[in-house]
Formats: sequence, C-alpha cells, structure tokens
Amino acid sequence: MGASLTRAVQWTAASSGRPGKLEASPINESLLKDILGFVEQFGSGGHPQEAALVFRDPLQWATTLVASDFNTDYDVSGADVQSQENDGKGHPLLRLSPPTISVESFSQLSKLVQLAGDKGLTEVGACLEENRDPVVKILGPRFATVLEGDIDMSALQLVDKLKEEDPEQAKDSEVKLFLLLQHLDKQLLSNALTDFTQEVGLSPSAVKNEVELLKGFCSEGNQRVLKSVRYTSDYEFSNGCHSPPWRQVHGEICYLVVKPCDTEPLHITCSSAGVFLNQGLKQEVEEDDTYKRTSDMYQDLASLLKSRSPHFSQNVNSQDFAVQQRLPSTQEVQHVEPVGVEEQGQRQRICKHQGKNAAKMARQHTVLLPSHHCIWPYRKTKYEPTPWNWENLCVVSPSDEAEQKPSKGSGKEKAGKTHKKILRSDSKRKANFSLASLPGRQSIQKSKTEDLFSESSSESEEDEEQPDRRPKTNMDLPSEYWQIQKLVKYLKRGDQTATVIALCCMMDFNLVQETCQMAIRDVGGLEVLVNLLDTEEIRCQIGSLKILRKISQNYQIRRAIVDLGGLQTMVKILDSPVVELKALAAETIANVARFRRARRTVRQYGGIKRLVELLDCAPATAATLSEAQEKEVEVARCGALALWSCSRSTRNKKAVWQAGGVPLLARLLKSPHQNLLIPVVGTLQECASESSYRGAIQSEGMVKDLVANLHRDNVELQMHCASAIFKCAEDKQTRDLVHQYKGLKPLVSLLSKADNKQLLAATTGAIWKCSISMENVAKFQEYQTLEILVGLLTDQPEEVLVNVVGALGECAQVAANRVTIRKCGGIQPLVNLLTETNQALLVNVTRAVGACAIEIDSMTIIDRLDGVRLLWSLLKNPSADVQASATWAICPCIENTKDAAEMVRSFVGGMELIVNLLESTNKEVLASACAAVTRIAKDEENLAVITDLGVVRKLANLTDTTDDKLRRHLAEAIAGCCMLVRNIVLFGELRAVAPLVRYFKSQDCAVHLATAQALMQLSKDPTNCLTMHESRVVKPLLVMIGSDDHILQEAAASCLGNIRRLFLAYDEARYPAR
Amino acid sequence: MSSVSRKSIQTLAETISRQVKHFNKAEVEGLLRLFNGLMGDQAGSGRPVHGLDRGRFRNILHNTFGMTDDMLTDGVFRAFDKDNDCFVSVKEWTEGLSVLLRGTLDEKIKYCFDVYDMNGDGYISREEMFHMLKNSLIRQPTEEDPDEGIKDLVEITVKKMDHDHDGKLSFADFEKAVKEETLLLEAFGTCLPDAKSILVFEQQAFQEPSEQ
Repeated sequence: MGASLTRAVQWTAASSGRPGKLEASPINESLLKDILGFVEQFGSGGHPQEAALVFRDPLQWATTLVASDFNTDYDVSGADVQSQENDGKGHPLLRLSPPTISVESFSQLSKLVQLAGDKGLTEVGACLEENRDPVVKILGPRFATVLEGDIDMSALQLVDKLKEEDPEQAKDSEVKLFLLLQHLDKQLLSNALTDFTQEVGLSPSAVKNEVELLKGFCSEGNQRVLKSVRYTSDYEFSNGCHSPPWRQVHGEICYLVVKPCDTEPLHITCSSAGVFLNQGLKQEVEEDDTYKRTSDMYQDLASLLKSRSPHFSQNVNSQDFAVQQRLPSTQEVQHVEPVGVEEQGQRQRICKHQGKNAAKMARQHTVLLPSHHCIWPYRKTKYEPTPWNWENLCVVSPSDEAEQKPSKGSGKEKAGKTHKKILRSDSKRKANFSLASLPGRQSIQKSKTEDLFSESSSESEEDEEQPDRRPKTNMDLPSEYWQIQKLVKYLKRGDQTATVIALCCMMDFNLVQETCQMAIRDVGGLEVLVNLLDTEEIRCQIGSLKILRKISQNYQIRRAIVDLGGLQTMVKILDSPVVELKALAAETIANVARFRRARRTVRQYGGIKRLVELLDCAPATAATLSEAQEKEVEVARCGALALWSCSRSTRNKKAVWQAGGVPLLARLLKSPHQNLLIPVVGTLQECASESSYRGAIQSEGMVKDLVANLHRDNVELQMHCASAIFKCAEDKQTRDLVHQYKGLKPLVSLLSKADNKQLLAATTGAIWKCSISMENVAKFQEYQTLEILVGLLTDQPEEVLVNVVGALGECAQVAANRVTIRKCGGIQPLVNLLTETNQALLVNVTRAVGACAIEIDSMTIIDRLDGVRLLWSLLKNPSADVQASATWAICPCIENTKDAAEMVRSFVGGMELIVNLLESTNKEVLASACAAVTRIAKDEENLAVITDLGVVRKLANLTDTTDDKLRRHLAEAIAGCCMLVRNIVLFGELRAVAPLVRYFKSQDCAVHLATAQALMQLSKDPTNCLTMHESRVVKPLLVMIGSDDHILQEAAASCLGNIRRLFLAYDEARYPAR
Repeated sequence: MSSVSRKSIQTLAETISRQVKHFNKAEVEGLLRLFNGLMGDQAGSGRPVHGLDRGRFRNILHNTFGMTDDMLTDGVFRAFDKDNDCFVSVKEWTEGLSVLLRGTLDEKIKYCFDVYDMNGDGYISREEMFHMLKNSLIRQPTEEDPDEGIKDLVEITVKKMDHDHDGKLSFADFEKAVKEETLLLEAFGTCLPDAKSILVFEQQAFQEPSEQ
C-alpha cells in the first residue's frame, strides 16, 4: 500500500501548511474502491486473526459519521461512541469524539465502512488523507520500511527478512496481515498502471481528430490562428498511420508541417508516446536524422503549438465557439445524432456490469452527457490544467467517451470486456443506419485496439506468437457479418431443428476468414456453440464442433473457447459412443490447445488419457478399409492431432507417457495411412525432446518405421520423420539403428528437395546428428553428401545452416572429407559464416573451420580469407560455447600457419583475450584456452608476452581442477610456459606443483603424459623437486616409467632424474668428506 | 392356435426376410410378433383390418421412439404406408423399420424426403417447410411479426438446399444437400429414432424368442 499511495495516488499540491488532499480523479477513485473492497473483506469473515490484530497506532481522522450511525455493538454516550470490542486491556478499538474517530483494528474498520454505507469511500479517502503512512501505523515502522524498500522482493523473502530482524516480534498474524497489505499494494499499483497506460499514448484516430480540428483553425480573416496544417504524406495506412511502416515500429503515427502565423513552419512528429518537433525534410539530411527529436515531448498537438506559437496560444482560447461551427462534416454527424434514450440505456447497461458502483457511475455519465468530453482532459490529469474551452469542442464521439470513462473508473479487465461488447452493438446500430459512416468504423477500430491491449496484458503467459492484427480502419463490414449475426440469433432462439439448419448454413461461410470468426464471436455465438456441446443433441454437438474446429484456428477464438470452459466439455465428449463426435472433439482440441493455458486445461480435466485412448484403434494394416475401420482411423488421427498440439508442454508429454501413449503410437506408426502417420510422427518428434521418449523410440523399434516413412512420398511426413531422427540421433544406438535400417540414403536423397526449408532443416539436422558416428560418415562419403552439403552453405535460413555446418563439422573430423570440403569450395562460405550472430550457428561454424584448419591446404585458404582473425574476434562473443569452440578452432590454425607467431602477434590484444579466457567459469572454455596457450607458448617472444599478461598465475589458479580434459590441457600449457625459465620458479611459488602430482591418480593416460611432461619441466627447479618429492611423486613416476608410451617413459624418467640429481647434490654438499 | 400362428409367422418371415434388407429371418420373426401383438389390440374392434391404423402407429412412434410432433408422425406414417391405403401392412412395417433402424444413408434420405414431402408431390415446398419449422423458434414477445423469423429460416434453408433454384426442394436437391452435409438429413424435424431408442427397441423386438 505504501508504494501505491506514494506513487500512484494523485495528491493535490499541499497548500498553506495543510496536508495535500486526494485529488478527485478517476484513478484515485478506483484506488479507493479497491482499498474499500480490501477493508470490507475483513468484515465478511476473511482472515479473522488478522482482522482482530490491534494496530500499533490508531488510525485517526475527521469523520462525517455521527453517533446515530452506530448500532448496538457500540456504547453511545452523547456524541461520543466507543466500541464494545476492546484490545484485551479494556481499551476500546474504536472511539469517536466528533469529528475525530480513531480505529485500531481491521475488524472495526470493516464494520465502520459497513456502517458508513455510501459514505464508505469518503471515509476511506479521509482516513488516507490524514494517515499518509497507514502501514506504519498499522504494523509499526519496521514492516513499513521493508515494504517500502523492497517492493520487488518475493513475499517469502520478506517474511524471512522480517523474522531474521526480529524473530520474536514477527507474529504470524502480523506477518500475514503484512502479506495481505503487500498484495493489495501490488494490485493497486498494477491497476493504476493499466489506467495510466490507457491515459498516456496517442492513437492514430486521436491524432487524426486533432489534426482535423486544427485544420479548422486555418481560416482566413481575423480569426486565423494557424496558416496551414498538412501531413507530409497524405497516404493513410490501414491502421490509420501516415508514417511509413519502418517508422511505425517506433510508434510514430504521422508527420505534420504546421505553419503558425507568427513563427516559421514547425515539423512535427506525432507518435504514440507524444508529439514533438523533428528536423524536418527540408535540410536534406540523412533520413534517420529527419525523424530525430529536437524538442520536448508534448501530450498533444495543441500544447506543442501553444508553447511554440504565442499567437496560437493567445487566440485559441477565444475561438472555441467559432471552431465548433466549422468542424468537419464527419463530426457534424455526431452532433446531429440524437443522444437519446437508447444511448443512455446502453450507458446504464455498462454500469450494471460494474456492480455496486453502478449508481454512482450512471450519475456521472448523465452529468457528462451534454458536454461532449474531449479526450484531452483525461490525459491532462497530471499536467497543467486544460483551458475549459478546449473541452467544449467535440472531437470524440459519444461512444468513445463511453469507452474511456468507465474503464477508468475501474481499470479492470471485466469492465473492459463489457465495453467491447457494448461498443460493438453500438457500432452495429450505427452501421445499420449507414454502413460506411465514420463513427461506426471508428468505434470498431477502437474496440479492436483495446482487444489487443487487454489480451496482451492479461494473457502475457501465452507462449504462442501473436499475429500482428492491426485494426483495419477502412474496413467496411461485409454482408457476411450481418448474415452470420442473423444465424447466431436463430441458434439462440431455435429448437434443435432450427439450430441444425442454422449451424449448417453457418458452415457454408468461409469460417477461416477473420471477419466471419469475429462476427460469430461478437454476437455471442461462441457462448451458444460451446453451450450446444453440453446438450444431449448429437446433431447439434456435431454441428457446433464442425464450426468450432474451423474458427478455432483464430487465436482470439481459441482463448475465448477456453475462457468459456469449452475445453472441459470437449474433453467430456471424448467419452461419447458416437465415433464422429469423438473425432470432431479431438480435432477441435487439437486446434484450441495451441497455447499453454489450454494445454494445461486439457491435462487437468483428464483429456490426455482420453486422447490416448482414442489412439487405440484396431491395427488396420490393410490399405483399403471398411467404413467402420475408416471411422476408427479418423478418430485415431484426430486423437493424434490433439496429442500433437498438447505435447508441446513438457507436463503433457509426461502425461501421454503415463497414459501409455507410447506403445499405441508405436503401433500406429506401422499404419499405411499417411494422414494418420503425420500427426503420429508429429507427436513423436515433439515428444522426442524428452529423453524417456528417445529411449522408447529406440527400444520399441520405432526407428525402423521412421526410416521406412522417409521413403513415403509425403513431404510433411518425411519432414517429421527426419525431425524425429534429428532429435533422437543424439544417442549413439539410435544412430546405429538408422544406419542399420539404411536410413542414411533416403536422408541424403531428401536433400534434393531444398525448396522446402522446413524439410531441409529437419533432414540436415538428422544428417548432422547421424554424422557423429564415424561409420555413418563413411556412408555419407559414399553418397557424396558433402558435395551437396557444401552447396547448401549459402542462401539458406539459419536453422538449415546450423545443421548443414554441424554436419560438415562432424564429417570434417575425417581427413578425406576435409579435402572434399576444400575441393568443393566449402572453405570460403564457411569462413563467411564466421561473421554471423546466431550462437548455435557460430559454435558449429567454428568447429567446422577448426576441423578444416587441420589440413594445411585448407588452412592456407582460411588464412587468406582472414579466417583466423574472424575466429579470434569470436572470443569476445558472450556465449561460452562459442568462445570455447572458437578457441579450439584457433589451435590448429596456429599450428598450421607458417608464420604463426607473427600472425598471433599481429592481432592487437589477441593474446590478452586468450589469457583472459583462463578466468572463465566454463570448463570447456578453460580447456580450450589452455590448449591455445600451449600453441602460443611455442614462440618465445609470444610466451614472454603472455607471461607478462599473467598467464602463469592464471594457470596456477586452475590446477585444483578434477576435470580430466582440463587437467590434460592445463598440464600441457604449464609445460609449454616452462620454456621460459623464470616461469618454472613462478609455478613453484604459486603452488602449482603439488596439485599436478595428484593428476597421476587420474585414469586418463593423456593426462598422465601431459602431467609427466609438465613435471619434467618443473623439476628443473630444485624447490619444485622438493615439493614433488614431498607430494610423493616418485612412486607414480616409477609406474609411468614402466609405461608403453616412449614419450611418457622419457618424461617420467627425466623428471625422476632431476629429482635424483638434486638429492645427490644435496648429499654431496652435506657430506663433502665422501 | 399358438403353434399355427407361430408356423404362419415363420413362413411369412421366410418370405419377407428375402424381400427386406438389413434383417435376418429371426429378426423379421421378432418384428412380426410385435406387429401381431399390436394388431391383436386393434383386432378387438371387430372390423377386418389390413394393418396398423394411423392412431396406433402414432402411439408406437410416440412411446417407442419419442417422436411427438404430430405433423412429423403423420409424415412418418405416410412414408411407411407406401400404398396409401391408410394402413401399415406387415410388409410395410418391416420395410419401414429396416430403414428406420438400419437404413443406409441413401435409404434414409429417401425416407426423410418422403416424410417431409407432406402432399406427396415430389417436392418440399416453402409452405411445407414453414409448417414443419413453425414451432422451431422461441417467440419473442417484442417481435412485430412472430412468423418473420420462421420465414427467414425457410428462406435461408431454401437458399442452402435448393440447388436448381426453382424455389422448392426436389429429391435431387435434398439428396445433394444431405450428401454434402449429413446433418441436414433431418433438416425439418426429427423423424429417425436416436441410437439409444434403437437399441432399446431392438432388444425388445429381437430377444423375445430366446426368453420364451
């Protein structure tokens, strides 16, 4: 509450020492109402403990209540009142000595507001005015500071913090009350926020109105206020904007050139954020500069002009009447239209939806009706007061006003929705008079923008893409709209016969078209359709589902269906004995369950299990089916479709698994019917992101069927199969199975269908994953896959490129393939791809380039193309994977370039980058950086540079690692750095030696070898020898001497030799007599 | 008597089951027994009868299949009573039921068309539709012309189903529309029993012999 009171509530300026009053603004009113509701809930039995909690300090304010307002629970003595309820010490919780009242618990507060009745709001307002920090009074300053300080903290953290600070005092009820208050605070803030956001921001229509109005000012004669107002471009886009689309994304609506009488022309940008001056086109500047803001931001054109043109601001105030007469004709219509009984009736209906505040709101409206409110004053609440004469200008249609006003009264979703409906009926009514009349279109557009707004704010959890649905300003409602409305009317009024006729006629419309979908929704058709599902009438159910399955392709309809509880009913229908009905329900579920909340609903109502049961159709392997079998297959197909949609949620994947879906899917996978196979494979590939499914696909023998389906002549099926293989082939056994069932060849042949990018992405993905196995690579070589893949390196979408490059990277691990890639001209495109930004792609590209760099000839090309520099610059990439992969790729580059040392030095800051990577937290990055250090250290001069950069200390810091890969490269790097003698001593000083000795305990021979070599170098320093000896290095070294590896033998022996010699020398020095 | 009648039923069933589709001999026997039972009630009036009269037939439709609309039950009677003698004979009974209980889509289309074609002129006219749909919309007290909705409903139905644009539905029109959208089979009112009552009826009619 603290935060919203200080931030959101609008206080009047404190005047003459008196505390500020609450401004009588709609936002404040809604805040007060919410607070009132909060207080009331204590009275209605919610939170009894918290309600009884005695406040730290009483809340006191000047009340309008008098003794007679209080009932029998209170002791009345004259004008004074005391509550019978006391704080346990005989101190009453409520005391009234007019005009001051003091209250000490929420139970009393809630009783008070009940007693106050209509005056409840005034009381809450007065209380807040006089108790600017209620939380402090209620719970004490301790809570309040926490509340103020960390509004972003989660509730639990807060509780913890409180308990930590003062474990005894934090009574449970106190904490709970605190949490309640905090919750209220958040709610208030978010409500206020929605209100504000509605207030701020211009819409194209608002700008248009204002421009039309201003044009009216550009008259001749002594009343002239402006010379001219014109758009820079008269073309109006369908969303009402005049600015080009690439500027619209910045929220800019239009550009104006306004010529005032007293100053030079103003170039004005109207954007959704406000109005400001721009550079103007005349100066022949760069386009981007043209749009640059050169002034402050104003809320509307009028205030901008007033600040820029004194003439305008002087004259505009005296012009209201004259202007009103000269309003454009479209608005005249508004005036002429009688604001009659019907309109008022509608307003009252709006109000009814808003519950108990209805009466108040209605009053407000009727008061407002005669003076057509303009939108400006609403935005003005926080800024300078608007001159009244502006308000008298009618620029907003009554319907607009109706829309704005109440939604401000209670910034709640529900209210918004009722408006939408009302607005639509409004618009319909007008459009009936004249279809093309402006107001009708205007309000439709308005309602649509509001749709977008409310959808995105209330359903931000949806994970699906929101198609860009710009309001269509110039859209005339087609006749279908009215025809559908009529049909919906018959649906509502008809018995089953009429209903079926209406349903059948509705099916004839193009239900995929948005106009039709919206028409059905707008007149409440969805409710009827969903209700029909609940009837016993099979034909009505079927008809309704046939329509729902079509219109549910629209995301708004999907949401609406879920909101109406349609999914629950459809899930129930899945149990129906009527086959056709089951299939239709499943198919509709498949459409609706494309967003997360819907999928969750399906699961929660047991839909997954039922859908899985639909899959259980008789194993129809025959190509031709009887009618009954056909129906059964259709049911299975729809079931699989629905599961496919649902399986996009991880929990649903698990649910499908638990419901025993896998064996059924495996059985259906053997079916010969392609239209059934697509959703089945689709579901499988969707689920294959779970390791359990990958295991099952392998163990249930589905790989064979997947491969078999690759041969079918159906692109979509092939795509899903390839995609499933892509996901599963991460596993070696699956790769082997693909090989075994001869799946590689069809995969390669699918590469020829390069036009279908989705298919290509799936196929190349499968090839990539399969090529992780060397025997598969051999096959791919045989099918000359590399040549094709290299051809796919250019002009492909990223998801294809990632896979193609990945496959090339794997194949290039084989020497012969590196030659092939070079010969096909693959190096150049690969190096070009190093400049991309997609991290997955970069990881693969660097790997491929690194693999190619192993071959000297390829390396020459890479070097010529400046590939090494590109690789090196990728070390700055934020992704650790890219860093590691790039560093690995750099290693062979350094090895295989002729003047490697020179090259490395030529990269300014290059070595520093590598050395700094040694501070990474990623093991792979560390290992790769160590490997690179090893390569760089081969050149003495470079070694000196990296030594100066502190490489020794950084390496020494890493020695405690237990990761074998890192150990190996680290030991190699240490050995490399020991070429510089001072580093040997330094490693000893930095205690890097003892940890190295422990590396012999590792099982990895490569680690042993690297370690032995490092120790051999380090043992050149006597102190190190001592350390090694102390760390019991001799025994493992003796073992290593016995190794088959000559290099290892030699390193171990020479290290041992160094130690031995030290001891001999010591002995000699100690016993010179001998 | 009983053995005689049983024997006659069997022979009759033999002949009929050869002529009527969808039923085997035992099933026809069941239907015949049912028919005889119903006839037995009727025979009490003493007049010689050729079959079930309209009232009795309506009762059956009402009680067994839950069809209550008089206009439609009349239609069903007409559709059963192929020779227009105002009685449903044994043969007409079994033939009719074969469509009602187990008819193919084509048979049902023919049957429904016959039911809806009230005057038997081979067309479903606007007037016929109006009569059949008369009670299908809830009247709204505010409406000036209470029939306006029905008229409009008839219009949109004609628009949807009248493919040759002659303003009335021929059998071909009807058949085409139903083939396009099966839901239109019973476009002008329920004249086929639902799955549940079929099941109940068949259990009653066909399982009787085994119980005896």
